[in-house]
Amino acid sequence: MKSLVRTFGPLVAIAVLAVLLLVVAPAVLSPFRLNNLGKYCCWAIAAVGIGLAWGRGGMLVMGQGVFFGIGGYAMAMHLKLEAAGPEGIPDFMLLYGDGTMPGWWEPFRSGAFTLFAIIALPAVAAAILGYAIFKRRVKGAYFAILTQALAVVFATLLIATIQETGGFNGLNQFTFFFGYNLYDPVNKKMVYSIAAGLLIGCLVLVWQLYRSRFGELLIATRDAEERVRFLGHDPANVKLAAFVVAAVMASIGGAMFAPIAGIISPSDVDATASIFLIAGVALGGRALLLGPALGALAVGYGRSTLSESFPDQWTYFLGALFIAVILLFPAGLASAVGRAARLVVRPKEATP
Amino acid sequence: MFSPPTRHVIGTVVALTATLSLSACGNKDGDGSAAESCVDTSGDSIKLGFLNSTSGAMAISEQTVRDSLTLAAEEINADGGILGKEIEFVEEDGASDPAVFAEKIDKLLTSDCVAAVFGGWTSASRKAMLPVVEANNGLLFYPVQYEGLEASENIYYTGATTNQQIIPAMDFLASEGVETLFLAGSDYVFPRTANKIIKQYAAELGIEIVGEEYVPLDDDDWTTQVAKIVDAEPDFVFNTINGSSNVGFIKAYYEQGLSPETSPIISVSIAEEEAPAMGKDVTGQYAAWNYFQSVQSPANDVFIRAFQDRFGSDRPTSDPMEAAYTSLYLYKNLVEAADSFDVDDINESADGVSFDAPEGTVTIDGDNHHIAKTGLIGQINADNQFDIVWSSEEPIEPDPFLEGYDWWDPTAE
Repeated sequence: MKSLVRTFGPLVAIAVLAVLLLVVAPAVLSPFRLNNLGKYCCWAIAAVGIGLAWGRGGMLVMGQGVFFGIGGYAMAMHLKLEAAGPEGIPDFMLLYGDGTMPGWWEPFRSGAFTLFAIIALPAVAAAILGYAIFKRRVKGAYFAILTQALAVVFATLLIATIQETGGFNGLNQFTFFFGYNLYDPVNKKMVYSIAAGLLIGCLVLVWQLYRSRFGELLIATRDAEERVRFLGHDPANVKLAAFVVAAVMASIGGAMFAPIAGIISPSDVDATASIFLIAGVALGGRALLLGPALGALAVGYGRSTLSESFPDQWTYFLGALFIAVILLFPAGLASAVGRAARLVVRPKEATP
Repeated sequence: MFSPPTRHVIGTVVALTATLSLSACGNKDGDGSAAESCVDTSGDSIKLGFLNSTSGAMAISEQTVRDSLTLAAEEINADGGILGKEIEFVEEDGASDPAVFAEKIDKLLTSDCVAAVFGGWTSASRKAMLPVVEANNGLLFYPVQYEGLEASENIYYTGATTNQQIIPAMDFLASEGVETLFLAGSDYVFPRTANKIIKQYAAELGIEIVGEEYVPLDDDDWTTQVAKIVDAEPDFVFNTINGSSNVGFIKAYYEQGLSPETSPIISVSIAEEEAPAMGKDVTGQYAAWNYFQSVQSPANDVFIRAFQDRFGSDRPTSDPMEAAYTSLYLYKNLVEAADSFDVDDINESADGVSFDAPEGTVTIDGDNHHIAKTGLIGQINADNQFDIVWSSEEPIEPDPFLEGYDWWDPTAE
């Protein structure tokens, strides 16, 4: 019984979350609130990846905004070209550029290529970067600073290339999502469901990874990298795999964020946005399966509602909330849920 | 790899998720027409939304706009409201983040059901709000000078477009006999577009552009760029820097020995609020706006007195604040001209609606939703106020796409 709970408990929790997100939420929330929840889901998808890399792998990835941005901009470029029509070019290039489109935009006309790019671009980028970092055994604070710097560089690059990426304004004014009109409430609901479904999918994948040999190796690498090396495994490969998966998840989150938020701009992918993702993971509990996702959902929700209720003071409330959670539940909010569940389960076990 | 019971459970979860996702299938044939307006006009009050950044980098500037909007709402309420209805305003924080602006205007229009939204500052915030306000057939009043090249049916622009600020500034420079000009700006769409216009008009006027430098919006280090100004020795520097980056620019400018006597600066983002915050004495420098606190008019005396009574006698008034204050009164006049809060009715009768604003009488152009404004050049005096040294005399008709200017070629570099 006990082992069954341990094995399938997390799956039941994921199933409950799936029902809440995919059945309950669309039924009870207004279109605006549902759309907001969709945004939180996108952050949660990226957060699940951070949970894998940081919580299980011990790599404090402070620059996930970069990968979130790669997916977000890839999708936004496709949506922008879809809005412009078969031969058209994006409006901002006509307004602020010389009216010509850079060649590297052209492949993003194809939906299939865009979907491929959303997975492949961050994977390749993370693989090259990770290989260089982990083979040189860069870790700890140095790794964190490196990834953070990357987010700064990425945002600066976007801002400086107005004619190619829209600069500080970013990309917005999308009308279609793979043929579906984004102004139609039914289609907005569909886009939300895809994002929520992808979140559930990522959770199931990570659950399986945690249970696998790879998951064991990842924790071992986190806790005693040298011992793993002595046992004949290369820790760099283990970390690299986790880093690449985290990057792809961030990219998927970003790709869904663009049509749901209706915009992607450097302020959604810069260092501050990256730290905001980390904050959600820390709040929820980085080492737990559902912690990062729940944390990201909670932070997104908190940011929206607190700023609506206290438009002038909300940032202080959010800060106070972080301090309170870190003091009371150092392992994150999800650990509190786990603790409560154990209190319920234990008395039953006591009776033979 | 998977044990049988595990496989079973995974299969269930995946199947469940897939079914649930598919159940929310999209509609490919829908016309996607705008949602029905949910604005409630039956009661004694009418809801309006104020959407400004009260946190983040732009908070210092946008808070001043929020204050003058609050003042205008209180004044209108004291005077009987709009069509007899009291204004009830819902405040939201744009957090200096375009995506937040998009979310909040959606909330204001679809959850709070406000009749109109007032706010936005950066072009990025306006661009982010535009598709949302159009999709919901709402109304947005945008109070800041901007780069033009836009005219939405759902936005009223009460700040200047380029032919009311940039072009008058160039006319002023030509009248001063300026022969060489250096361009310094923040790296985003307003300075880039403004400088494109400046370069083309300069060619027409026979003014030589001797340099063009950009620095990102939140970057304060202008040392190397100012060194290029020192080398170029221009007659004037055209400053399209926005926000706190100005402080770094002004610091480098004075520290490297430049002064209003050698290469004066003409700015389009430094107003009464910003001038004392530059950290240097900027007396003698210039700015191009459509309103200064020093404008002599009965309406301006009333505005300044009311604002300082409400928010403190040490608070200056500035162009964006005045444009925001004006926007709420223009909205009142628009509603009363249409005798309706309905967006289509308001747009129908918008042409020619006017208001005796602190800057002078302003009139709406029904075609492009901008307002006619007088171009002014001010020179900063020792009190950080502006002495008006040049005026276009007449209000300039708005021309956001510069269609009336032969020299303008939007596709040229």
